[in-house]
Amino acid sequence: MRAGPHWLGERVRRLEDAKLLTGRALFTDDVDLPGMLHAAFLRSDDAHGVLRGVDVSAARARPGVVAVFTADDLGDYWRPGPALVPPPPIPGLVFNSATQVPLARGKVRHAGEAIALVVAESRYLAEDALGDIAVDVAPLPAVTDLEAALAEGAPLVHEGFGSNVAAHARQVKGDYAAARGGAYRVIRRRFRYDRGAAAAIENRGVVAAWDAKSEELTVWDTTQAPIPIRNGLAGMLGLRESQVRVVAPFIGGGFGPKIMMFYPEEVLVPWAALRLGRPVKWIEDRQENFYATTQERLQIHDAELAVAEDGAIIGVHDVFLFDTGAYDPYGLTIPINSQCTLLGPYAVPHYDSTFTAVFTNRPIVTPVRGAGRQHGVFVMERLLDLAARELGMDRVEIRRRNFLPPDAFPHDHQILFQDFAPLTYDSGNYGAAMDRAVAAIGYEEFVRTEQPKLRAAGRRVGLGIVSYIEGTGIGPYEGARVTIEPSGAVRVATGVGTQGQGHFTTFAQLVSDVLGMDPSKVQVITGDTREFHWGTGTFASRGAVVAGNAVHEAAVRVRAKVLKLAADALGADERELVLACGSVQVRGDPGRAVRLGDLAAKANPLRGAVTPGTEPGLEATAYFGPARGNAANGVHAAIVEVDPETCQVAIRRYVVVHDCGTPINPMVVEGQVQGGVAMGIGNAFYEELVWGENGQLMNASFMDYLLPTALDVPAVQIEHTVTPSPLNPLGTKGVGEAGAIPAAAALAQAVEDALGGAVEVLEIPLSPNRLFDLLHGGAGGGGHAVSPAARETAAGRGTGVAE
Amino acid sequence: MGIPVSLTVNGAGVAREVEPRLLLSDFLRHDLGLTGTHVGCEHGVCGACTVLLDGEAVRSCLLFAVQAHGHTVATVESLAPDLGGATGAAAAGPGHGALHPLQEAFREAHALQCGFCTPGILMTLVPFLAEHASPGEAEIREALSGNLCRCTGYKNIVDAVVLAARRAAEAA
Repeated sequence: MRAGPHWLGERVRRLEDAKLLTGRALFTDDVDLPGMLHAAFLRSDDAHGVLRGVDVSAARARPGVVAVFTADDLGDYWRPGPALVPPPPIPGLVFNSATQVPLARGKVRHAGEAIALVVAESRYLAEDALGDIAVDVAPLPAVTDLEAALAEGAPLVHEGFGSNVAAHARQVKGDYAAARGGAYRVIRRRFRYDRGAAAAIENRGVVAAWDAKSEELTVWDTTQAPIPIRNGLAGMLGLRESQVRVVAPFIGGGFGPKIMMFYPEEVLVPWAALRLGRPVKWIEDRQENFYATTQERLQIHDAELAVAEDGAIIGVHDVFLFDTGAYDPYGLTIPINSQCTLLGPYAVPHYDSTFTAVFTNRPIVTPVRGAGRQHGVFVMERLLDLAARELGMDRVEIRRRNFLPPDAFPHDHQILFQDFAPLTYDSGNYGAAMDRAVAAIGYEEFVRTEQPKLRAAGRRVGLGIVSYIEGTGIGPYEGARVTIEPSGAVRVATGVGTQGQGHFTTFAQLVSDVLGMDPSKVQVITGDTREFHWGTGTFASRGAVVAGNAVHEAAVRVRAKVLKLAADALGADERELVLACGSVQVRGDPGRAVRLGDLAAKANPLRGAVTPGTEPGLEATAYFGPARGNAANGVHAAIVEVDPETCQVAIRRYVVVHDCGTPINPMVVEGQVQGGVAMGIGNAFYEELVWGENGQLMNASFMDYLLPTALDVPAVQIEHTVTPSPLNPLGTKGVGEAGAIPAAAALAQAVEDALGGAVEVLEIPLSPNRLFDLLHGGAGGGGHAVSPAARETAAGRGTGVAE
Repeated sequence: MGIPVSLTVNGAGVAREVEPRLLLSDFLRHDLGLTGTHVGCEHGVCGACTVLLDGEAVRSCLLFAVQAHGHTVATVESLAPDLGGATGAAAAGPGHGALHPLQEAFREAHALQCGFCTPGILMTLVPFLAEHASPGEAEIREALSGNLCRCTGYKNIVDAVVLAARRAAEAA
């Protein structure tokens, strides 16, 4: 049926790049409309307090200020946001839902919570007016420490619940308590993984314009979920969904927080545009981003692993605390991801995992690239490392000993995943990925020859190698429409937004393969509700899986229409037809051919009769909704060198073996992995939001919150294994978060190895200060100094790239 | 309260009255509509707003528009001027030969993902390549270290610079 080149799996260069490289791509802040006003938000200086009054009279009087709004000015429009993700049906689950409000009323619950909105003729004037507003807050003690938050008499973030418990859930498989007695060893530790910022280089932004003549509202929003934003806004504003168009144009990085909805600014900027009858723009600045955009990652795990003498896992017991911030609109996605991901690629007969989500006076927590999976991998891989050491086993061997074998699929872990479906792995070949990684990093050679030689020369080099599973490609569904236009051009519209993942290219590749044309002839449109208005968004490593399969299916349906029409037009049997180079030909008779564009025109006649029931045009819409997510997997391996004097860690080599099923474009996959590892390195060594006892963020700038630079991230050697998913026609699995998830676990093991077992790394990030404290038994260590080592002062950033 | 400024932007003379406090980044983006220059932090760390001032890479968020009076500014829009006005299919399709060689190398090496930081990175690297005909990896990483990219992990950017330098050497 198909002739010519095959595009699935090819390294097609990105079709969207020319626009981005020349500065001509439209980002939200580039929207400029006649008469546009500018918004700025007054945000709480206090993390916790009673909001007794807000005086905006001086701000209203400032020339250039058009309007100032507080909670009291919003009337019925003031209401808490939606609970986005309902809790899964876990027996005995406790869930206290408290969602964010548009503007604070009665109380402020985190520093940076919005109190008032100023709309003015320019952003400069709007910010001037913020200084005119007088806020009367009676401060309350801030809830910042997770354990203290749960103590009797702790100050309460939400008084109505009577405690700071946001949620409590236990998931159990087998009978850990009974099985533990048969263990040869039980390894028990406390692990801590701290909070960071997603730090997309583009901050958030919303521009809204109401057209009174057409009675249509257009909103440009840096969201990962334009369709749910449109639907929600229509409901809140009392408009029909068809009156609201939400455009997520080019987005400068998402990484999770841009899937959060509704941010107060998303609720208020469109409302203000309607009320004032002029377009309104709000663009977040970087400092706001550190307070007003959601964050993730603080969890504290008390975990234990029971193993047999041969290294076989008997079971895992884990009790953990999860910081959900001041509100919990995103439900339990993150802690359930942690709970599920901990099981990794291993057979774990007995599992008992309990978490408590805790309200704190910190910004809201929602998923950030990895979304709790990091913690599961970190805890399990660290426990396996410790077990291997106690058993005198090789760390690769203990993993191999416990891998689910290739014939174990589908494997039901008997607990629920974030999509409320049973955590069931669809496919995988974990030993093969480990073999590739062992070979690629040169494990045997390093351990037997290289490391002893370097150690003898006084160098502290070490290797880390860990496995992971990433549950990806969850439902509920996405859709796509494929249209062949009379010009022969093909348009693909899909509901997911795009934040740099290459959808304009990968989705075009999927269509090209089916319709027999060059991908550059396929124009993909994403994130515009006028073009496509069914779908949920880009999150959880699901775009290529869920939207990708919808695109593929829509193209297949268009091809069926093409063949039927062409068979008529050419007087040939469909089975004789070939699609190539934008036309349909009769096999072996190139003279008998018809252009796809001509067929499209023919399919949309202006006059004459058609067979009743005929659908016009060469167009089809398809949806894809998997029954459950699928399981991507991989192995990260790193070689590091630690400078014992400065406690800086240099990454000498980094290898990722990744299995995302069928890759659509390996270049794009590798880009995702390399970038994910960079974020993982940031998490592992530098990125920590540091809070004072009063709930103030101490490092709310890129001067003080360190992102990895080109000097810190090595070139990652990436290899693929391919175990197609049986859960979708393309066999794809997700890849967006894979690079970020296991990096800290791999690097922790490598640093321990480099230091010859002198320390245990149980806390992330592992800054030079923390490593120094570990080595010297300092207070901030969080881990065990197994023996004293070097003695010099630590300073500066953590790593450097190998020369 | 407006102060008159006149300067050359992307080869053309520009005269405006501006508030003294107006940032050069905002002047370029909002007064002149040159939105290719992006703003990521407004405190001079991320490098997304990098432009050339008299040929030298500077952070346009750390300068006031009035400081550019009498100077020459070049933004990312100056690198491939022939592509002006190109829309979706035209800019994305084949025959994008009008790209600057460094832009072309970025595309080939997959050196951008979301593309938000990319204009600033290009404007940092253009003068760097003018002064370093055949830079080594360490030099390139040093030159790049003042620009934050959250998507790519930098490797492909380094590869793109190597590729552009090699091509320039071959063409010379």
